[in-house]
Amino acid sequence: MMTSTNPMRIEIAGENALIIYFGEKTDPRVSAQVQQAVTILESELSGKLIDMVPSYASLLVIYDQLATDHFEVRRCIRKVLGQLSDSDSSEGNLVILPAYYSPESGPDLEALAQRADLSIDEVIKLHSEMEYRVYAIGFAPGFAYLGEVDERIAAPRLSTPRMKVPRGAIAIADRQTAVYPAVSPGGWNLIGLCPTRMFDPKATPTMPVQVGDRIKFNPISREEFFAQGGELGEIK
Amino acid sequence: MSGFNVIQPGLLTLIQDAGRFGHHRIGLTTGGPLDSQAFKWANRLVDNPLNTTALEISFGGLVLQADTDAQIVLTGGEMPLKINGVEQDRWHAHKIKAGDKIEVGFSAQGARAYLAVSGGFQVEHSFSSSATVTREGIGGLSGEKLQQGDFLSCQPAVEHRGFRLADAHRPDYADNINLRVITGYQQDAFSDYQKRLFFSSEYKVTDRADRMGYRLQGPEVKPTIDGILSEGICHGAIQIPADGQPIVLLNDRQTIGGYPKIGSMIAMDTARMAQLMPGSRISFDEISIDEAHNLHCLAHVRFNNTEPEQVN
Repeated sequence: MMTSTNPMRIEIAGENALIIYFGEKTDPRVSAQVQQAVTILESELSGKLIDMVPSYASLLVIYDQLATDHFEVRRCIRKVLGQLSDSDSSEGNLVILPAYYSPESGPDLEALAQRADLSIDEVIKLHSEMEYRVYAIGFAPGFAYLGEVDERIAAPRLSTPRMKVPRGAIAIADRQTAVYPAVSPGGWNLIGLCPTRMFDPKATPTMPVQVGDRIKFNPISREEFFAQGGELGEIK
Repeated sequence: MSGFNVIQPGLLTLIQDAGRFGHHRIGLTTGGPLDSQAFKWANRLVDNPLNTTALEISFGGLVLQADTDAQIVLTGGEMPLKINGVEQDRWHAHKIKAGDKIEVGFSAQGARAYLAVSGGFQVEHSFSSSATVTREGIGGLSGEKLQQGDFLSCQPAVEHRGFRLADAHRPDYADNINLRVITGYQQDAFSDYQKRLFFSSEYKVTDRADRMGYRLQGPEVKPTIDGILSEGICHGAIQIPADGQPIVLLNDRQTIGGYPKIGSMIAMDTARMAQLMPGSRISFDEISIDEAHNLHCLAHVRFNNTEPEQVN
């Protein structure tokens, strides 16, 4: 059962959308409850939902107004919230992502190490020893928000975002980390490259990870990076 | 394969069906027509299922040449339609012959028009939809807007009925309108004074108004918080960034974001707003979720019970 320290709220989001708030901050146990709710609501409201957007501590539920209404959806959500267990946050699949960390593949690695008063090797160790959780997917198709990085290597976004960040760039912003799924503009600190495609419209599944999964980065050499199909890409 | 050659693509012409649903969890937005009412009418007037792939023409300037006999219709914003140089009625199905030239001129009023063909344009689906979202590079022919030299395939003409919508039922795309909003999301982070300011002021559509969102300009509305933990954004959500100027988020919005939101505009009215050009003025009316639900269901019933006149 839910503890009283975790006040859940249901708010109106739009004409056919309610949003459930499970907590106020990044917390793996809260995130695990969001995941449970997604699974249960999907079957409880089968045929009546248009889409759902799980995020750090909330779940947006978008429904078909010709099939249901906010009264029924609210009742169903309340019922589901009552069923959630204080679940184990370590349930998601463990996905290992290879990471080629270097100043060549991560142009902000040196500056980040300097600011943190750490060596590059220590930054790599701190980033790759942590097990992360996929808290949300958004910003762009396949962009997975992973948290949380060790406080010592947390870094604010760049004051001037880059015009072009390569596909596969491993990056840090505050206590979040991510792998850019495609070439795009971006303001996160780049520390390495991952040869695994994070979003491939032609692949099944299109993404190697989903919300709730656990992620670990495995440091690889330059040679291994290229052997696994990695490309350095252009940084502007 | 028969179809249409794109002689001139216009400023922004996109292949769209009703939208891409059920893929928010991998970060895909919905896309689809900004004015879903005009889009549905386009398909209905050429006897298509309502989710058939058509063209969304923003601002105008499209020229096509048919290499097949077909039936077409143009609905939405007031962009003059010419077939072989002769102006033709809009909201009215027209039979055309192979070799005919179809021109959609620049709009007098209304920023989005819809061109549908009986049987629909044949476009490979990505994630169960043909909807083009250029920000994602997904949908359409190559994830991009139409280009000169593109070829739009369609089924060879078969027997389709054609209809005309009576003038009385055609929407009006006038400026200076009130749009309906349901308060929600972080509404508690806006004081009563800030909410009154928002609902009693006039806002102007800026030139930063696109398929992702319409950025408005007017009295600054200030929430008591700067940002929130990123959360799901629904269609029509009204985000207030630090400069206090509202942004109404539309079909190509990012699926999650961290700016406070005062509530959401109903879809019937985002469709109206998306027809406005920069410089247009709008204001907001607050309605309840119950009223919004009724309006949506009634609009659905009204659409189904409005009988167009058969012309072909």
